[in-house]
Amino acid sequence: MSFLELRGIRKTYPGVLANDDISLHVEAGEIHGLVGENGAGKSTLMKLLYGMEQPDAGEIRLNGKRVMIANPQDAIRLGIGMVHQHFQLVPSLTVAENIALGAEPRYGPFLNRFRLRRQVQALSEQFGLQVDPNALVSDLPVGLQQRVEILKMLYRNARLLILDEPSAVLTPQEVESLFGVLRRLVAGGCTAIFITHKLYEIMALCTRATVLRRGRVVGTVQTVDTTPSEIARLMVGHEVEAPVITEAPADGRRRPRLEVRNLQITSGSRRATQIDLTVFGGEILGIAGVEGNGQQELVEALIGVADGVSGEVLLDGESITRVPTRTRRERGLALIPEDRQTEGLSKAMAIWENLSAGDYYQQAQGLGVLPLGQMRAMAAGLLNRFDIRATDERVGVGTLSGGNAQKVVIARELMRDPSVLVAVQPTRGLDIGAAGFVQEQLLRLRGAGVGVLLISADLDELLALSDRIAVLFNGRIVAQFPRAAATREQIGLAMAGKTMSENIL
Amino acid sequence: MDSLDLIVNIAAATLRLGTPLILAAMAGLLSLQVGQVNIGLEGLMLAGAFTVVAVGFATQSVLVGLLAAIVVGMLLAAVFTLVVTRLKANLIIAGLALNLLVSGGTAYLLSVLFGTSGTFSPPDLESLPSLYIPGLSDLPVLGRLLFSFSPLVYMSWLAVPLVAIFLYRTVPGLHIRAIGQNEEAARSVGIPVRARQYLALMLGGALCGLAGAHLAVGDLALFREDMTAGRGFIALAAVYFAAGRPGFSALACLLFGLFEAVQFRLQLASSTPPQFFQMLPYLMVVVTLALISARKEWRKGWS
Ligand SMILES: Nc1ncnc2c1ncn2[C@@H]1O[C@H](COP(=O)(O)OP(=O)(O)OP(=O)(O)O)[C@@H](O)[C@H]1O
Ligand SMILES: [Mg+2]
Repeated sequence: MSFLELRGIRKTYPGVLANDDISLHVEAGEIHGLVGENGAGKSTLMKLLYGMEQPDAGEIRLNGKRVMIANPQDAIRLGIGMVHQHFQLVPSLTVAENIALGAEPRYGPFLNRFRLRRQVQALSEQFGLQVDPNALVSDLPVGLQQRVEILKMLYRNARLLILDEPSAVLTPQEVESLFGVLRRLVAGGCTAIFITHKLYEIMALCTRATVLRRGRVVGTVQTVDTTPSEIARLMVGHEVEAPVITEAPADGRRRPRLEVRNLQITSGSRRATQIDLTVFGGEILGIAGVEGNGQQELVEALIGVADGVSGEVLLDGESITRVPTRTRRERGLALIPEDRQTEGLSKAMAIWENLSAGDYYQQAQGLGVLPLGQMRAMAAGLLNRFDIRATDERVGVGTLSGGNAQKVVIARELMRDPSVLVAVQPTRGLDIGAAGFVQEQLLRLRGAGVGVLLISADLDELLALSDRIAVLFNGRIVAQFPRAAATREQIGLAMAGKTMSENIL
Repeated sequence: MDSLDLIVNIAAATLRLGTPLILAAMAGLLSLQVGQVNIGLEGLMLAGAFTVVAVGFATQSVLVGLLAAIVVGMLLAAVFTLVVTRLKANLIIAGLALNLLVSGGTAYLLSVLFGTSGTFSPPDLESLPSLYIPGLSDLPVLGRLLFSFSPLVYMSWLAVPLVAIFLYRTVPGLHIRAIGQNEEAARSVGIPVRARQYLALMLGGALCGLAGAHLAVGDLALFREDMTAGRGFIALAAVYFAAGRPGFSALACLLFGLFEAVQFRLQLASSTPPQFFQMLPYLMVVVTLALISARKEWRKGWS
């Protein structure tokens, strides 16, 4: 008898069959991988299990007994916990308050802060997950926020842990520590379902993995009997090839396209930042660094939304330091922002509206009337070209799967033929097919003489794509490596703030 | 009248005029914290003012009127909650609708029930009695500043710490803040989101009922159409420029109370049309708000 059994689960959203006759067994004490392309229905299935959505058909069995999960309370009562793809934390509350939220120790109507702190401390010691119970969640880096999410499940004595793409937001070191935590928890009697797009994570962590494609189970594999490329083939239904990196274009075309000189940001509580860098046409300059070391400040200064900026930014030799964002975009600056949910898209609007955001005003005809039909038709074309999986261009962006939403942003930015592209974590949360597609697009731009600034916490991606890698630490570029000379170890050291003079280019 | 006397007078007036603002601001604060900003405070207050006079007149008891004002405030707030949560109406439209509904409704009831329009001042309805503690209330300055008001003034002083304790020390308060910041997160840990929204907004309704009652029977005993005169919005402005903190919101309300008290003085002492002075407190609110946000910008740019 399996610990968890799903039988014939079916879930439709208007116009979408998100889960179709899904059956799946999870054994007690295993870490079960769940993989599939963007929009395959992984998150939907997990939301059904956690009571956030109701299945149209099918049944869920825990330890052989059929259970009804009408809401998250039921799930929690049954010992099911979930770390959502988008964290469910309250930023202005403390770590301890977030962990206990909804199940707080109290006396009468009052919150028992003393017991709360003790409980959280005990929990964090028991599982070796260090947190400061009194810190505000808004002050925590993502890695720690995730730790809070995990403690939240443990606080409620969850025995079945669901983790929806937990590694997408973590640095390589944080992923390692997450794996350690999960292995310890499973050894202690928990069972876990782990969703990811990185197949080597499946190979390293899971005993078995189930592959979804377009809402259906296409197979469950034992990881010892299979290879990542075999799983990838199951996922997409055909062979997957890694993007091919061509040699950098001849030196004649290497003129500086984006120059940043002595950039300092001195706004509010932000850390002072001092950055010098040059991106040449036809190259990808990778920026490595642990999140929160000035990446966001740099991006804001480049696109022109930061306050208190000094220094200079040149685009194709002309200063854009004091030029508004719209003009910067008109001169060829494009951006794939880090957070597609809040910075990249307007969730309340349709795909075609999002695709025309940013330059819709250029299409206006006499009296400012917009050619809506034309704009929609163009959007439909982009849907095809960038393989965005949606019924049509009028679908609200808010209902797209993470990967498809990101493709909308990328389609919008790339169709404008930029001269410089700033890409922040462009493949975060994308399936291998889609990530490969995006990487190909970046390489295509590079081949066309565009300067690409790739800011990423994913070292593998940086090493695979960048012609040069610069490391950002504490608001400064502390090291630069040409691709040939860059190693994971050296970059890792520089990311931790240990400079070595011979690394400086 | 010597200058100490003048100052004490203005200070006492400030406290009296600040009272409905503070009560309404606490209601606005609760609505802000639960993530459903209620711009219908104005309407809730006006309903409270009408109810206390109408019911007080009918029952010949101001106290019964006061209780009725609280109940009406809570009921209207419950309807508002239903409309903006379950029926998913737009917050702004629902709030404005509430204001218009009460403004028109009270004028209508005034003519149907009491056959008047404009002002209704029942001859035999007493205003709320002022506190009188022999000895203490006779003290020269303190007596008038601390021991001479109607009970609602003291209630407004009490409401501020109570709301603060409720929001920051109790479990339902914690839930309310969590819902306001991330409703989805609150739902995902099993907090009864709807129930908490009703709680926050209906508590606000009760506070607004009291605020309106103070306007109507705090000093005099009368109801005038639209007698709230934008105070609901002023209270909300106070909450915003105190960034949702209870104590600072109350201070901001007192500041507006002071503007109003001074305005009355100036009106008495001058021949300029009174409308000019009546405008001043509102103008001051706009100026203060502008200055505060300018300061924030200034800080962002230079510090
Ligand atoms: N609330 C919703 N309303 C309408 N359609 C939805 C909703 N949620 C999901 N969908 C659709 O259901 C399908 C499955 O989405 P789901 O989020 O489960 O994919 P996923 O496998 O988690 O993808 P990703 O890897 O990108 O996170 C998608 O086509 C998506 O657009
Ligand atoms: Mg998902």
